[in-house]
Amino acid sequence: MRRMFAVIGITMLLLCSASAAFAAAPIKIGGLFAVTGPASFLGEPEKNTLELLVKEANAKGGINGSKIELFIYDTGGDATKAVQLANKLIKNDKVVAIVGPSTTGESMAVIPVAEKEQIPLISCAAGIKITDPVKKWVFKTPANDHVAAEKILIQAEKLKQKNIALITVSDSFGSSGREQLKQMAAKRGFKIVADEVYSPKDTDMTPQLTKIKAAKPDAIICWGTNPGPAIITRNLQQLGIKTQIYQSHGVASKKYIELATAQAAEGIMLPAGKLAVFDLLKPTDPQAKLLKDYNTDYKKSYGVEASTFGGYAYDGFQLIAAAIKKGATTPVQIRDGIEKNGRMVGVSGIFKMTPTDHNGLDLGAFEMVRIVKGDWVIVK
Amino acid sequence: MELLNQVTQFVISGLATGSIYALIGLSFAIIFNSTGIINFAQGEFVMLGGVLTIFSLNVLHLPLIAAILAAVAVTTVIGIVFERLAIRPLKNATPLMLIIITIGASILIRGLVMLLWGKDTQALPAFSGTDPISVAGATLLPQHLWIFGVTVLVIIGCRLFFNHTISGKAMRACSFNRRAANLVGISVGRMVLFSFVISAAVGALAGVIIAPLTMTAYDVGVMLGLKGFCAAIMGGMGSGLGTVLGGLILGTLESLGAGLISSGYKDAIAFFILLLILFIRPQGLFKKGETERV
Repeated sequence: MRRMFAVIGITMLLLCSASAAFAAAPIKIGGLFAVTGPASFLGEPEKNTLELLVKEANAKGGINGSKIELFIYDTGGDATKAVQLANKLIKNDKVVAIVGPSTTGESMAVIPVAEKEQIPLISCAAGIKITDPVKKWVFKTPANDHVAAEKILIQAEKLKQKNIALITVSDSFGSSGREQLKQMAAKRGFKIVADEVYSPKDTDMTPQLTKIKAAKPDAIICWGTNPGPAIITRNLQQLGIKTQIYQSHGVASKKYIELATAQAAEGIMLPAGKLAVFDLLKPTDPQAKLLKDYNTDYKKSYGVEASTFGGYAYDGFQLIAAAIKKGATTPVQIRDGIEKNGRMVGVSGIFKMTPTDHNGLDLGAFEMVRIVKGDWVIVK
Repeated sequence: MELLNQVTQFVISGLATGSIYALIGLSFAIIFNSTGIINFAQGEFVMLGGVLTIFSLNVLHLPLIAAILAAVAVTTVIGIVFERLAIRPLKNATPLMLIIITIGASILIRGLVMLLWGKDTQALPAFSGTDPISVAGATLLPQHLWIFGVTVLVIIGCRLFFNHTISGKAMRACSFNRRAANLVGISVGRMVLFSFVISAAVGALAGVIIAPLTMTAYDVGVMLGLKGFCAAIMGGMGSGLGTVLGGLILGTLESLGAGLISSGYKDAIAFFILLLILFIRPQGLFKKGETERV
């Protein structure tokens, strides 16, 4: 009797391994996100999105008949950890492509690893340094900060605002924005009359804003992520400053209006990724349907609205999936596939990757919006 | 005139921020005085005050007053549990060990709050509107008046409690000499527990009244705790009024520094002052040098 069980057991084992061999081998994809730590507002939606997409793809029988196997690690926003985990993904898990990391600092640290091991890396961070100069194995899906900065300055030009005041957060997002704004403002003939910074955990910015008020700017540009810009918006109301305010794409979510209060945020303009305003887009907009579907799916799975940040991982996965669809299975084939992908409609915009542009987005990635009565209105 | 108006605004903003630091500093001093421990989980009590009020308000739909009371009460209970589970069982621990335990507790509390309520920043509605009030060319919000008011009340309350009640006097006795206090029949353990109760309640209260202004999230406690600690150090960790003055001076200097020198150095100014005081006057700005009684 015991022997019979053993025989059945062995046969079943054999059968299992045999059936596994018949299906195409799974394609392994890695994810590196700052799910915890200070950048968790980026990492969490990115991780959720990637998991959602892989689940959907596998439910449909995989891509080209290959199931996707996903390995996601939490970097905690720490560059050293990101490098270790990237090595783990490549050497232990043998992934063929990596989506992430979430922040510019981590991405810059991981780039040498991806280049050396020749694994395509699709960063979810916005820093321009990541793909400029172009690196063979590195792509990124968020639009460059300077695209958003340019969008703001073009709007300011339209409104004939010459003297600009800056208030930026002293982290990598803010200092990159500050640099881009200053460079581009000089090129376009703006005058920067005040250049203030605040630290991410500051709770009161009235001193900086009092200084800005005294400089009498035509417009104030604030560059940061919540809660700083919301506090600044309230402080501006407290000080009775009526100057036109521009915020960055970093606060393009309803959360910002909620924190700043609709009353204080009235009239503020900012460049928003199209996901934030997808229900205001014309039905003919090529992104409208995709954005709506993404938001619906995300809401169904996680109970909250999809965020622009999750969209970075969405686009990263779509780029890889598109390459796999065309038959790519190895890192080299996937890299080439992404580069030759041509036009692809994504969450962050319409991508056109080329050998000289590994981001592939232009000014069309953002819509200029104005806050009116606690809601977005697209600026014509 | 322009500059004068600016400076007035800097000072008023500074005093408002300073009273927050002062309140947190006070709650540091209360525990230090009866136990010799610097409780680095103090910032977490502040965070809990804000987060729990928002939770009671938005999820349990309590009225504002009830939400505030509930938040302060729950934080106080957490303070008690913390003392019972983490501080009391270690009978012969050195203050340094206890301090490290408080750091561990702060990480634990922060992590739990993050898991339970998420990482989003939330804001509490202002208690009495957001229409700015003009004072000598500068502006402040009604919420600032709440902060000033509560700070003053807490100072008066502490003063009365520590100087005019048996429990308060017993707690002060513990801070001077624990063994002697024990010998005259004061239960040192109970006084330590009391100090955690008071300081958790004061911390939570500080967290509640600043939440409409500064907003709150699971990680706001760290920076506020450090600033409050600076204030307490400036006040010599002891005298109630010294800590309050320490907080106000710190807030004002930060604000003046950010306004007149450079906003990039705002935090640097605070920590520079802290280092300076630790080097030059470790006993605090307002305390006479202590003489060891033998």
